[in-house]
Amino acid sequence: MSKNFMGKEPVVELKLPVIPDIELSATKTAEVISKHMNLSEEKSAEISMALIESCINAFEHSKTKEIFIHFIVEPDKLTVKVIDKGVGFDKSKVEIPNIENKLNSDERKRGWGLQLVSELMDSVEYNSDESGTTVTMTKKRDNE
Amino acid sequence: MSDSIKNVEEKDGVIIISTAGYFNNLAGEAVLEVFTEKMESGSTKFLVDMNDSKVVNSIGVSILIEIIEKLQVVNGVMAFTNLAGIVEKTFNIMGITKYCEVYDSVDSALEKLS
Repeated sequence: MSKNFMGKEPVVELKLPVIPDIELSATKTAEVISKHMNLSEEKSAEISMALIESCINAFEHSKTKEIFIHFIVEPDKLTVKVIDKGVGFDKSKVEIPNIENKLNSDERKRGWGLQLVSELMDSVEYNSDESGTTVTMTKKRDNE
Repeated sequence: MSDSIKNVEEKDGVIIISTAGYFNNLAGEAVLEVFTEKMESGSTKFLVDMNDSKVVNSIGVSILIEIIEKLQVVNGVMAFTNLAGIVEKTFNIMGITKYCEVYDSVDSALEKLS
């Protein structure tokens, strides 16, 4: 792990090419970091699932060939950034999915990524423009 | 058989599909293929055993919504067993568990479904 510019919090950085199932390599890293932070197995699994969904969104929608993931270990939380240099997106145009609407209709069954990330992490922020998208997610440390 | 499907068997009128590995789009498609074949043969009760699939993504799970939709037409049943905690949580967030039963074991599922 390297030190960030403040010289305090450990930072792990990954660069992932767009190849099938490569998001699982990010979850392996997340598991190691979660263990290092003594996060519960439940929180670790939630981080991994949110990471999978964020990676898939970036792979599918950014139209780039690689994405970057930063894990920032802070005293009170883990911050995970999923960064792409792609075309960006307008989050306000993404509909909140609802299974009742998806059943017995022609509506596509997919489109759950943002909802899952929102429910699984403690906070999520999206910064997106025509030069790319950064998803910043946090998970608080367990109370000791 | 796909690498994502470990086993398919019928017990007491219930088709048990055991999955393996990362439940992604390929695994979802593999389950859909088995389901379609068995449904065309008249089966309407399905149990998916995910003991060996502890990691999922929403694309794979979305394909299960297609299966639920098809089963509703014939008053069929879709159930799951041996779900990892995060998989069950994902199913809850997506609303899958409103339309499917979740059981702790294959035996307890068969007891209810048969």
